[in-house]
Amino acid sequence: MLEMEETMSEIKFSKEHEWITVDGEVATIGITKHATELLGDIVFAELPEKGSNVNKDATAGVVESTKAASDVYTPISGEVVDTNQSIVDDPSKINSDPEGDGWFFKLKIKDPAEMNTLMNRDEYDKFAKESAS
Amino acid sequence: MKKTPLYNLHQKHGAKFVQFAGYEMPIQYETGIVKEHITTRNNSGIFDVSHMGQLFLKGGDELTNDLQKIFPIDLAKISINQSKYSFLMKENGGIYDDLIITKLKDGYMIILNAACKDADLNILKSKIGEKYQINLSDNLSLIAIQGPKAKDVLDSLVPGVTKLKFMNGNQFKYKDLDIYITRSGYTGEDGFEISINNKIVESFVEKLIEKGSSMIGLGARDTLRLEAGLCLYGHDLDENTSPIEANLKWAISKSKINEKFPGSEFIKKQYNEGVSKLRVGIKPETKVIARESTKIFDEKDNEIGKVTSGTFGPSVNGPIAMGYIHNDYSKKNTKIFLEVRGKRVPASICEMPFYKKNYVRDGGDNVRN
Repeated sequence: MLEMEETMSEIKFSKEHEWITVDGEVATIGITKHATELLGDIVFAELPEKGSNVNKDATAGVVESTKAASDVYTPISGEVVDTNQSIVDDPSKINSDPEGDGWFFKLKIKDPAEMNTLMNRDEYDKFAKESAS
Repeated sequence: MKKTPLYNLHQKHGAKFVQFAGYEMPIQYETGIVKEHITTRNNSGIFDVSHMGQLFLKGGDELTNDLQKIFPIDLAKISINQSKYSFLMKENGGIYDDLIITKLKDGYMIILNAACKDADLNILKSKIGEKYQINLSDNLSLIAIQGPKAKDVLDSLVPGVTKLKFMNGNQFKYKDLDIYITRSGYTGEDGFEISINNKIVESFVEKLIEKGSSMIGLGARDTLRLEAGLCLYGHDLDENTSPIEANLKWAISKSKINEKFPGSEFIKKQYNEGVSKLRVGIKPETKVIARESTKIFDEKDNEIGKVTSGTFGPSVNGPIAMGYIHNDYSKKNTKIFLEVRGKRVPASICEMPFYKKNYVRDGGDNVRN
């Protein structure tokens, strides 16, 4: 059981370049530093609605850089319990602190087993490096 | 993929490259688009636009007379070293390319869009035949320096450039080689475009950087020109859009309205009777960015137009766009709706430029207004 909890608090990553951390039954989700580097200066963010239900790998937000728009996907399913309005007001926070102040939304986790489909940091770093080349 | 003579310098400054019109061009450098944009507005920025065509035509009055039948601008009225914004017109009234034509002592220099330059050369050759020497230079680079400090930076290397008036040029010397400088640009700022030999362009640009200027990529060039309300060929202008529809009536000489040039019948009709669609500035009311191809609706759900350029304007600190709209809706402050990701975003028609520019004018010359 203790081992399970440790696994759950570890940061995980999706192939769509989102990160996710878990605290109890709530997950926090944002986009990776690698994603922000690909996007460039982020100038717009759109978040899912609080109270809405989102399904794993579905669109749950949008970011736009000066160059283009990109969808933000949710790596797991759940109910949106909180959103980070401060990145809507100041999208540059996503560039300056993608894994901290630049978080996007929090989910009440529907199926903890979905976490097992995601990558750990080493796996993600390797994936990001390979997909960039 | 072609490279400009400044490719290594771009790399040295951490450029991210994109393919543009057959060239590998820097979209941004290490600092990023927003900072590059602000640097140009507040200080000065250097743009490598060597991918653009520099076409030279040699000839005297006879050449001017022949070009009068091609361009909708009165070339007899411009003086030596004066530049004008104009178009290479299609018979249907559309635009093959938008360009800057400068009268020189022994002919004309025409600056063309990179993606159009080879086709433009063929079109011009087919129209004026073998009578004149015509050549698309491959030994010259083209550099722009733009921004409020551009004049001081450039004057420290090439004394005398501050005397140039907007849309006027002259020959200068740098390291014993001729360079041709015009006071012009594509950012809404005061600035210069410098035609310079490939052999010395890198050392010249390094000197400009030493004097306090910075490299700026195509990304910021796009946000700067859009804030200034300037058109990008292939997006805001094309072969099926006329200069009148593009709201560029000012670039057609009044004296040419009754003359013949390609598309002149359409232009005359539109000039006198008006148009059904018009290029306008669009200001979204929220922070949502409406990109190219975004559909425009009225409040009764009628589709009334399309966005042709849309981005985030760093100096405006919000989204901006331009597009074509049915003439009934083209008045300032008209409320419209933009369809972005399936939702309707309220917006209004606004005057351009979005950002007030800083040109040095020569007594009422409203070029690229």
